[in-house]
Amino acid sequence: MSVTPVESKSERRTSRNTIERRTIPRAPGRVPLNIVLGLLMVYFLVPFWWLIVNSSKSSAGLFGGGSSLWFADDIDYVQNFIDLFTYGGGIYARWLANSALYAIVGGIGATALAVLAGYGLAKYTFAGRRFSFAILLGAVMVPTTALVIPTFVLFAQVGWTNTIWAVIFPTLLNPFGVYLMNVYARDAVPDELLDAARVDGAGEFRTFFTVALPLLRPAIVTVLLLSVVASWNNYFLPLVMLSDNRLFPVTVGIGLWQSTASTYGAAGGQSLWSIIVLGSLVSVIPLIIAFLTLQRYWRGGLAIGSLK
Amino acid sequence: MTTTLENVDIPTKRRRSVSARQNLMGWLFVGPFGIVFIALLIVPIFYALYLSLFQKSMIGGTRFVLFGNYAKAFTDPSFLDGVWFVIRFSLVLIPLQMAVSLAIALILDIVITRYARFSRLMIFMPYAIPTVIGALMWGFLYSDNFGPLAEIFEAFGQQAPDFLSSSLIFYGLLNIVTWQWAGYYMIIIYAALQGIDPTLYEAARIDGASQWQIVLRIKIPLLTPALLLILVFALIGTLQFFNEPQILQQLAAGAIPNDFTPNMYAYQQAFSLANYNYGATISFALGAVVFVCVYIFLFATRKRGSFTS
Repeated sequence: MSVTPVESKSERRTSRNTIERRTIPRAPGRVPLNIVLGLLMVYFLVPFWWLIVNSSKSSAGLFGGGSSLWFADDIDYVQNFIDLFTYGGGIYARWLANSALYAIVGGIGATALAVLAGYGLAKYTFAGRRFSFAILLGAVMVPTTALVIPTFVLFAQVGWTNTIWAVIFPTLLNPFGVYLMNVYARDAVPDELLDAARVDGAGEFRTFFTVALPLLRPAIVTVLLLSVVASWNNYFLPLVMLSDNRLFPVTVGIGLWQSTASTYGAAGGQSLWSIIVLGSLVSVIPLIIAFLTLQRYWRGGLAIGSLK
Repeated sequence: MTTTLENVDIPTKRRRSVSARQNLMGWLFVGPFGIVFIALLIVPIFYALYLSLFQKSMIGGTRFVLFGNYAKAFTDPSFLDGVWFVIRFSLVLIPLQMAVSLAIALILDIVITRYARFSRLMIFMPYAIPTVIGALMWGFLYSDNFGPLAEIFEAFGQQAPDFLSSSLIFYGLLNIVTWQWAGYYMIIIYAALQGIDPTLYEAARIDGASQWQIVLRIKIPLLTPALLLILVFALIGTLQFFNEPQILQQLAAGAIPNDFTPNMYAYQQAFSLANYNYGATISFALGAVVFVCVYIFLFATRKRGSFTS
């Protein structure tokens, strides 16, 4: 929290904690609430538990009765891993790499554009600013899937479909990111500080990079994380744009496996189910790690839009 | 562009040059996003509108029909049923999701222990899961082949409910979406709760307010902007429902037709039947409906929240 420029806010938070601690010293009525929290955790974690347990099973174990919420006798992680990464010529590793590429390039691009535009809207009174802001707010309300079909037809005319750009370009558009950045920049970057830098002879871009950018860091991490998640989790856009399965992100790839396995029914698709389960587990690990390690940034950042 | 030159100018002239510079710099910063915005939002919207004004047929090729496609869409039971489904779904889902996330956030605001902090993170976790994988995980849990439901209900001598059947798929989907998003909304509400000035609680306690009164009279009213933000997001998200039903379609044999939601129908029209004109019509109509709904909603609640400030 030390990077937050709004000093009063972090002060308030700490003073609040001390107040809470003083006034409610381990109240006894907390036991039911703790039980409720425990039950909620069970509900929110059951699917993960199911994945962890069942990705240890062979196809026979998956279908062969036994509890689906507990491990089978033979734990087959290693064999399943080998199957997962060798099936179809190792296509799964490629899907993971594609997802990472789309998420990182698209996410960084979207964030860079959002930082520039959000800062520009917040700190410069240029002609057309009010209009731009009104249009931006309208754009937040446009459902992104409504754009996919016309974008596909447009891209098809210039031969961009079925390329990585067909997935990356549309990801760059993040009106909500610009909105968040604008709201944050208005408060976090004091005009006096910018004026002081200007008086000291720094140019506009230098002021932006050396003064404003460090102050915007929490919002930047938040917008980056939100963009990366949106892109990593995207399904509709790549499903429409791509036909070559070597370009698929992991979401579309697993969807493909799942529909293949379902078409063949339990009998023919059996061997596929065990790698679908493990593949699902592996595909969620990168983002979970990202969220856990970047906690202290996004926790504050997610509040930006809601406080204003 | 050097500041030293401007500093020696006389004040009025300086103000004018500053404003010209503000213009230039403002557009330099906003410009790159502006280009992307026009190319990937404005152009596709108008292109969808353009496409929707034409009809392609086997004989006679493509012809201009003005609003013919819209007349067709708004009398097409596939489209109307899909719209009705997503509206019904939103009406149940959004209050449920908001109640769940608000309740969890309020609990976490009261219980401040390491255990509570850990549970906050765990409840948020599903947000990091792709909706495709989330739907697949629950699809497994629901299915008789893989899932624990049959086991659990058998232990009580009961028949397990089949959430993949056409009568219960509504609730099956309701559960998946709530599971996926409640944690994210909870974090937004929780963060807003942290922003409330704690002296308000102190003052209320001195006046003899109970914990419940503090929640109902102070916390919830002050959370209005956050709740409004969530509501708008949930509404936009639900009306364009696609991923979960599309994935469950295979597992839930027959319960989810191709025209289950407007987006699935648009996808089917455009990519299974190569009818881009009608697909674009549905997309545009859906986008317009969502936009107008959200706009009216925000306008109606303008006095209470300040999302659009």
